[in-house]
Amino acid sequence: MSKLEQFRDETRAWLEANCPQSMRVTLHSFEDIYSGGRNPEIKHPDQKLWCDRMAERGWTVPHWPKEYGGGGLSGEEVKVLRQEMARINAQPPLESFGISMLGPALLKFGSEAQKQEHLPPIARGEIRWCQGYSEPNAGSDLASLQTRAVDKGDYYLINGQKIWTSYADKSDWIFCLVRTDSSGSKHEGISFVLFDMDAPEITTRPIKLISGNSPFCETFFDNAKAYKRNLIGEEGKGWTIAKYLLTHEREMISSFGAAPRESLAEAAIEAFGSDASGRLANGVLRQSLAQYQLDAMAFSATMARVRDEAKAGQGLGAASSIFKYYGTELNKRRNELNVALNGEAALGWEGEAYEGGRLCRDWLRSKGNSIEGGTSEIQLNIISKRVLGLPDA
Amino acid sequence: MTLVLNEEQLMLKDSAAGFLAQKASVSHLRALRDSNSSSGFDPAVWRAMVDMGWAGIAIPEAFGGLGYGYTGLGLVLEQIGRHLSSSPLEATVLVAATLINELGTEAQKEQWLSAIAAGNCQMTLALQEGKHHAPERTALMAVPKGAGYRLNGSKQFVLDASTAQYFLVVARSAGEVGEGDALSVFIVPADTKGLRIEARSMVDSRAAGVLHLDAVQLGVEALLGEAGQARQALERSLDIANIGLAAQLLGLSLEAFERSLTYLKERKQFGQLIGSFQALQHRAAKMFAELELARSIVLQALQAIDQGGDGLSLLASAAKAKLCEVAELVSNEAVQMHGGIGMTDEHDIGLFLKRARVLQHSFGDYNYHLNRFAQLKGY
Ligand SMILES: Cc1cc2nc3c(=O)[nH]c(=O)nc-3n(C[C@H](O)[C@H](O)[C@H](O)COP(=O)(O)OP(=O)(O)OC[C@H]3O[C@@H](n4cnc5c(N)ncnc54)[C@H](O)[C@@H]3O)c2cc1C
Repeated sequence: MSKLEQFRDETRAWLEANCPQSMRVTLHSFEDIYSGGRNPEIKHPDQKLWCDRMAERGWTVPHWPKEYGGGGLSGEEVKVLRQEMARINAQPPLESFGISMLGPALLKFGSEAQKQEHLPPIARGEIRWCQGYSEPNAGSDLASLQTRAVDKGDYYLINGQKIWTSYADKSDWIFCLVRTDSSGSKHEGISFVLFDMDAPEITTRPIKLISGNSPFCETFFDNAKAYKRNLIGEEGKGWTIAKYLLTHEREMISSFGAAPRESLAEAAIEAFGSDASGRLANGVLRQSLAQYQLDAMAFSATMARVRDEAKAGQGLGAASSIFKYYGTELNKRRNELNVALNGEAALGWEGEAYEGGRLCRDWLRSKGNSIEGGTSEIQLNIISKRVLGLPDA
Repeated sequence: MTLVLNEEQLMLKDSAAGFLAQKASVSHLRALRDSNSSSGFDPAVWRAMVDMGWAGIAIPEAFGGLGYGYTGLGLVLEQIGRHLSSSPLEATVLVAATLINELGTEAQKEQWLSAIAAGNCQMTLALQEGKHHAPERTALMAVPKGAGYRLNGSKQFVLDASTAQYFLVVARSAGEVGEGDALSVFIVPADTKGLRIEARSMVDSRAAGVLHLDAVQLGVEALLGEAGQARQALERSLDIANIGLAAQLLGLSLEAFERSLTYLKERKQFGQLIGSFQALQHRAAKMFAELELARSIVLQALQAIDQGGDGLSLLASAAKAKLCEVAELVSNEAVQMHGGIGMTDEHDIGLFLKRARVLQHSFGDYNYHLNRFAQLKGY
């Protein structure tokens, strides 16, 4: 038996023994995954147990090094673990901006002390993080951000406002872009700092989305403190870190475009019927469904190809630049199809008959996918300029 | 007839725009929504609309209406679309009055149309049974019983269900599901024994609901027109209704487009107006082109109703399919071009997205009507 097969057997047995039955159900949405923190939102009592058991083995972040709370697994082993989890339909034990965004940035740019301090609590789901990038006048043009940080010896005094800060009201710490110097070009003088949100100088105001939920906030800093030991990288050189982190955010968001969980075709046949040869009765819908499914298939294949190329040491190909753009546009298409397939049932807003407006609210929420993490337009600009080498206007 | 509006029509359009901006604008919709209004509209506004004659715009003068025709009603509906106004105008005037006019006996028209024109009667069509519009698959049976009929079944997505005083219930009086023939329409008062109305909360904040009919016993006088003869009149009424909804979608799309255009000229990023980016300019220009096509097909279809003659179904499906396509494009682009703020409930642009999809799905969406268009074209 190869080492990998042995790993598979052990993993299978361990998951069988340790994954609670209640955690073996398909989650409807990304937002239902446990996200930890000092005051975790518990949607099911077993969530914390499942997270703790996985964290003990480092499997909430299986690819991180062991010394920072990870599992120290190889790429192949991580794949096996994912497959074995999928086999029993185990839900992810923990998902957070700490895992998907800050972690990778700290692993690359953090000092040893910073990694020791911040990574293990992320891996154990003890501290929940939010992302303080966007400001009212710095959205697509993120580098023009104005939140000021003034040097006060062993800390920075921070004043300004962030906006669209997802989960700011539920998070413990923030990774934040601040301006430490405004004398140079806008990309210079930006610093990447971390600080605790549990302070009276920081206030958050939830903003309601068109889907009726309030996942994001306005965040105000009125003489907030960020200690210098939590400055990541050099002062004034935060833009490079910010961009690196964005590539991880975009990868996470683009995965929404991966092949859907529910079968759209079944729903279509059920709603519209089929003719004698099994064709969906409505020819127009049949075509758009087929087009969507084909593109979703080709997109998944592209993600797999790019990953395999990277694993084979060929580097991250140019194709990865399309992920965020294509994945989110696909997810929006899927949601529009869901509305077309479910008609009246997808337009219900509240009440049991509509499961609280689940389909409708998902559809509305999906519109934000091509805005958050850098809009589709910005992604296309990046492809045009950096990948295709097209000249500026 | 030429594809231009006459002076009378232009005046009607302007006065509708003025009134709605003041009394039934997007901020009124927001206030209605936040007050959890169960009726979904403001009765005082409806009264004012009636006083301006809107309830009888398309009703013949002989029955107490203004006799302006559907082109006139379409112009008002376009303005309703722009302002996302809520009122019984669609359910009672566009749909129910039309069906009575197309199917009712002279005496029934006399009775109901004059009541509707005077604003004394709210009525709504109860047709759809599943998640989708499929009149040919009507399953609710009207079984002859005693001196009349007994109805059992349920109806979905009934607009204004909680305020309507009467329902026009479509039932099958013979034949199998899947056959279009042998449909009958019954006028059923809301307080009829065995009728239960279940209010439903929809994304666009108008009132809709489900109608449950449990052994509802009706006399023959409840029949609109003749038993089993409703198919043709129902089809023509639905064509008219879809053209009216297309007019409303046109107004909605124009407004969402113009608001986005304004935003492109206000919002700055990278030290310049976002409207100066060619990527957005071209998309705005393409939407403008689509909207011009949309205007034409809607006007052509509205005029075709008033002219009479064959071929209305093709125009109706053309207008509805095109406007579903354009409204979906524009309402999505509108949110995207607003960036983060477009995703917030505080901003109005998302309300256009919500109303658009409900209108699109009322009486057949894009897929339904494009498919029907192809069938009517013979392929
Ligand atoms: C659901 C959601 C969650 C979010 N979560 C977070 C978070 O946790 N933390 C955080 O910091 N931010 C977050 N954001 C903010 C997000 O990153 C910004 O909304 C986004 O970068 C766009 O900025 P903006 O909203 O200012 O739009 P703008 O930049 O004003 O854009 C408006 C429109 O102009 C277009 N545009 C702008 N520049 C160009 C150009 N050069 N060429 C062509 N078109 C252009 C845009 O694509 C867009 O269509 C979130 C946003 C959403 C919707």
